[in-house]
Amino acid sequence: MEFLQQILNGLSIGSIYALIALGYTMVYGVLRLINFAHGDVYMIGAMTGFYTATAIMKYQLPLPVFLTTLLAALVVCGLLGALIERVAYRPLRNHPKITLLITAIGVSLFLEYGGQALFGPDPKNFPQIVPDRDMIPASSLSLTLIDTTIFALTLVLLGILFWIVHHTSLGRAMRAVSENPRNAALMGVNVNRIISLTFVMGSVLAGAAGVMVGISRPKIEPLMGILPGIKAFAAAVLGGIGNLPGAVVGGLIIGLLETFISAVNIGGKSLSSYRDAVAFAILILILLVKPTGLFGKSTIEKV
Amino acid sequence: MKSFLVQTALFLGVSLLFLLLSPVLKEGINPYLFQILMVMGINITLAISLTLINGITGQFSIGHAGFMALGAYGAGGFSVFLGPKLAALGLPPLVSQNLWLVVSILFGGGLAALAGLIIGMPTLRLRGDYLAIATLGFGEIIRVVITNLDFVGGARGLIGIPTTTNFFWVYFVCLLCGILVYRLSHTPRGLALSAVREDEIAATSIGINTTRYKVAAFITGAFFAGVAGGLFAHFFGYINPQSFTFVKSFELVVMIVLGGLGSITGAVVGAVLLTLLPEFLRAPQAFIPLPLPEFLTGFLGQVSQYRLLIYSLLLIVLMLTRPQGIFGRREFSLARFLGRKGTEP
Repeated sequence: MEFLQQILNGLSIGSIYALIALGYTMVYGVLRLINFAHGDVYMIGAMTGFYTATAIMKYQLPLPVFLTTLLAALVVCGLLGALIERVAYRPLRNHPKITLLITAIGVSLFLEYGGQALFGPDPKNFPQIVPDRDMIPASSLSLTLIDTTIFALTLVLLGILFWIVHHTSLGRAMRAVSENPRNAALMGVNVNRIISLTFVMGSVLAGAAGVMVGISRPKIEPLMGILPGIKAFAAAVLGGIGNLPGAVVGGLIIGLLETFISAVNIGGKSLSSYRDAVAFAILILILLVKPTGLFGKSTIEKV
Repeated sequence: MKSFLVQTALFLGVSLLFLLLSPVLKEGINPYLFQILMVMGINITLAISLTLINGITGQFSIGHAGFMALGAYGAGGFSVFLGPKLAALGLPPLVSQNLWLVVSILFGGGLAALAGLIIGMPTLRLRGDYLAIATLGFGEIIRVVITNLDFVGGARGLIGIPTTTNFFWVYFVCLLCGILVYRLSHTPRGLALSAVREDEIAATSIGINTTRYKVAAFITGAFFAGVAGGLFAHFFGYINPQSFTFVKSFELVVMIVLGGLGSITGAVVGAVLLTLLPEFLRAPQAFIPLPLPEFLTGFLGQVSQYRLLIYSLLLIVLMLTRPQGIFGRREFSLARFLGRKGTEP
């Protein structure tokens, strides 16, 4: 039971990593850029959720709390993603990659410190908008409504994403741009628009992850996006960057490993303080042994 | 030959100047300014050493704080644990203090260099952003491991390091590091480093062992970062893993990018600006000994609250408008500055 419980916990945090990792992988697919600011978009998602939910509860607005909160976070993050791409990355698209990377670091720091200035540096308590109810009270396994919401939402979002990528003309254009932007442009694809939309979609997923982390781990603060951001990037690399299912699998693996490491005791000493190093160790190992990630190059599927 | 003599004389002269200034500054200026001055020197060394890796060899590393941490903990731990033994040797305090400082910072630098070798050998095969994220990962792993080492204090930090760092050593190390990196980048061997930056495939095709050069640059950079860390530890007497997060690495990257990636004088200017600016905004009275109007200090205080925000904005605007930084890849030259035609080295 203990083991199953750890798996549930790992999948719960892993889903959040997976959603963030998708954004990294999609942006990397079309721009070959590690969008360092992506973790901070996730933070903005959590913050938007916090303010929306608080406002609804305070003024007792006749709105479904969870859905409105989620929708607000998705919209704000989507717009933010498009804005970042337009203002910071598009003017530099023909510059050396390093310039773009440094700009991405700059945008990331800007969102973090801007967040500190705007929201205040102290942690905030995300209001409880999903009740903490056990779904299977008969067993000793605890599967809360919160975890269930996270799993369900992740599946729905993944379903929508994969449908867009594989069954719409927008998705075909995205795949074409990630294959070769110039040829895609020659075929009449509006590359700028596709890149913009890729940012929007990636950021929307990060926004959803932000709300999910808000309901399950209610302490949110402006610097909360840094670590999950880098871990999610590690997840994307683990699965093979540019590969959508790979990002999901990578996120789940990192979530599970982290949870297991935290639970391990060696000689009475808990390894939980090494938790944050796990993702990095995996990342480096993967880069050294199989830089193409788990789902190697032959099956790579870029967005 | 003549220029060699002139250069050596200049080097000795400047060193002597640092030595003479050392006690004067320690006693003569207020402790707050003195501390800023020392931190500035340490940052200059860090920035120059990062320039060798990122600017001259073109390998984008964002884990420099990890090497600084190793140097700080190596040197600090060395002093704390072996310090009593040397004290028992009975050398005069002036000799023993300085000797001990040098030995321990060399130990710290050596440790960082060793880590540079271990980390560099495998990771330098990676390119561009993959290398960046791998170095970031290593920097963080180093910090997490240190946080979990109880014998160096873990998360509480290491205390009781003798505060023996003085002005002379900090700036002497800057000077050494600057000269070394400059000479390195202007010898045929150093040109190979630039060749690696410009085009790895072309460099390989003319017989340059790119991996060797990259690793060599990485080790040298790591060594000086370690030495700077050692000086840092011996200046404050207390170190904490929180001082060496990737925020510090990013700060160093911002310094060298601001000055101009690849320019040593650029790195110096970047380090000086980014050390002074936040302190000046926080406490302008300490820098200007005139009675300042209240609204001005109040305004600057307001600005200083948002200094990190301003940094990041500065970085973005700089990248969008002048991606090559203040100096670009060139060095500052007095001749060019005065409008005369400078001779290329």
